Amino acid sequence: MAIKDFPVEECILQGNAACPGCPATMALRMVFKALGKNTVMVVPACCTAVIESLYPHTSFDIPVMNIAFEAAAAGASGVEAALRMQGKKDTTVLAWAGDGGTYDIGIQALSGALERGTNFIYICYNNQIYSNTGIQRSGATPYAAWTTTTVSGKTEFRKEMGDIIQAHHIPYSAQTCVSYPDDLYRKLKKAKSIKGPKYLEIMAPCPPGWRFSMEKTVEMGRMAVETGAWALYECENDVVTFNGKSKLILEKKIERKSIEEWIKYQGRFSHLFKPKKDTKRIQTLEDHIDQLWERYRKCYL
Amino acid sequence: MKRYDVVTTISYPKTGAMGKTGSWRVFKPIFDKAKCVKCLRCWIFCPEASIRREKDGTISIDYEYCKGCGICANECKVEAITMEREGGKK
Repeated sequence: MAIKDFPVEECILQGNAACPGCPATMALRMVFKALGKNTVMVVPACCTAVIESLYPHTSFDIPVMNIAFEAAAAGASGVEAALRMQGKKDTTVLAWAGDGGTYDIGIQALSGALERGTNFIYICYNNQIYSNTGIQRSGATPYAAWTTTTVSGKTEFRKEMGDIIQAHHIPYSAQTCVSYPDDLYRKLKKAKSIKGPKYLEIMAPCPPGWRFSMEKTVEMGRMAVETGAWALYECENDVVTFNGKSKLILEKKIERKSIEEWIKYQGRFSHLFKPKKDTKRIQTLEDHIDQLWERYRKCYL
Repeated sequence: MKRYDVVTTISYPKTGAMGKTGSWRVFKPIFDKAKCVKCLRCWIFCPEASIRREKDGTISIDYEYCKGCGICANECKVEAITMEREGGKK
């Protein structure tokens, strides 16, 4: 779908509290273009709760319910049940949580809602840190990345949330990225048309959290896909299809770029380059991504 | 706008809930209509919805709320948008 065919309607009003270059508002704009105004949104503690701005005003032009950190999916289940009892069957329920609220704190509520088969869309916008509370490490933070709680670099690898979700055998789950609006839009349209629990994960490079300059948000997302650090795929009824650049990498039609191309622009990896280049840790990162893609090839090719 | 009589706290939508965010800007995007190829990449990637679509397919920029992140200038393939320091070059 060409960009000029996207709906013009905006649900995120101007003058909100987001940082300049924020990937969350960028993704939210695209999400609401796909879902339309007939949507109820559930937001736990995350950057989006701040972007809503101060009481008595809000910058979201749709109904939003704020809820505790661990309860996004549980809250959405309740909203869905209430709407069903009122007979409002065409209203989309959207739970919108960050990676902290999905990978770590909200995973039990999410797993429960997926298992119950609640008819809702759960979106995790993944910026690989707890950015709202001041850049702490989360389960999604990659190996060797600096955060305020992993000062010399994280010593563990990030977990694969996509695989955990696939183990629930839900009708639709997908991974996408803010830098590919057509991919994001198509996946959301598809998710909206399917009944049952749907899970989407959006890669959202965060300028203050990753320590890169704010005009590079889209570029960083594109680099994450091209280096193989992030894969674009969708899983419909247990059949996994890779999309776009990730498909070409999977089929070995193009070589994935070196991870260095991506991390050298990010201040959170600067300790790997200054004062001396830490080739050992960069190689560990590279090997981990190679292993990931080998596993993808074994399972899905 | 419809007001609801409920016990809980409820916020209502307002443009500029955090004031005129244009004052946050250090660099200002300048749009050159002659170079524009109407791809609308700036419009879809603007995190602030500060780029308006015009009837002729080009765009215009809302300086009242633009936070000056520079994504539009960075993503424009034909360099129709350039960033200039606010208040002239120093």
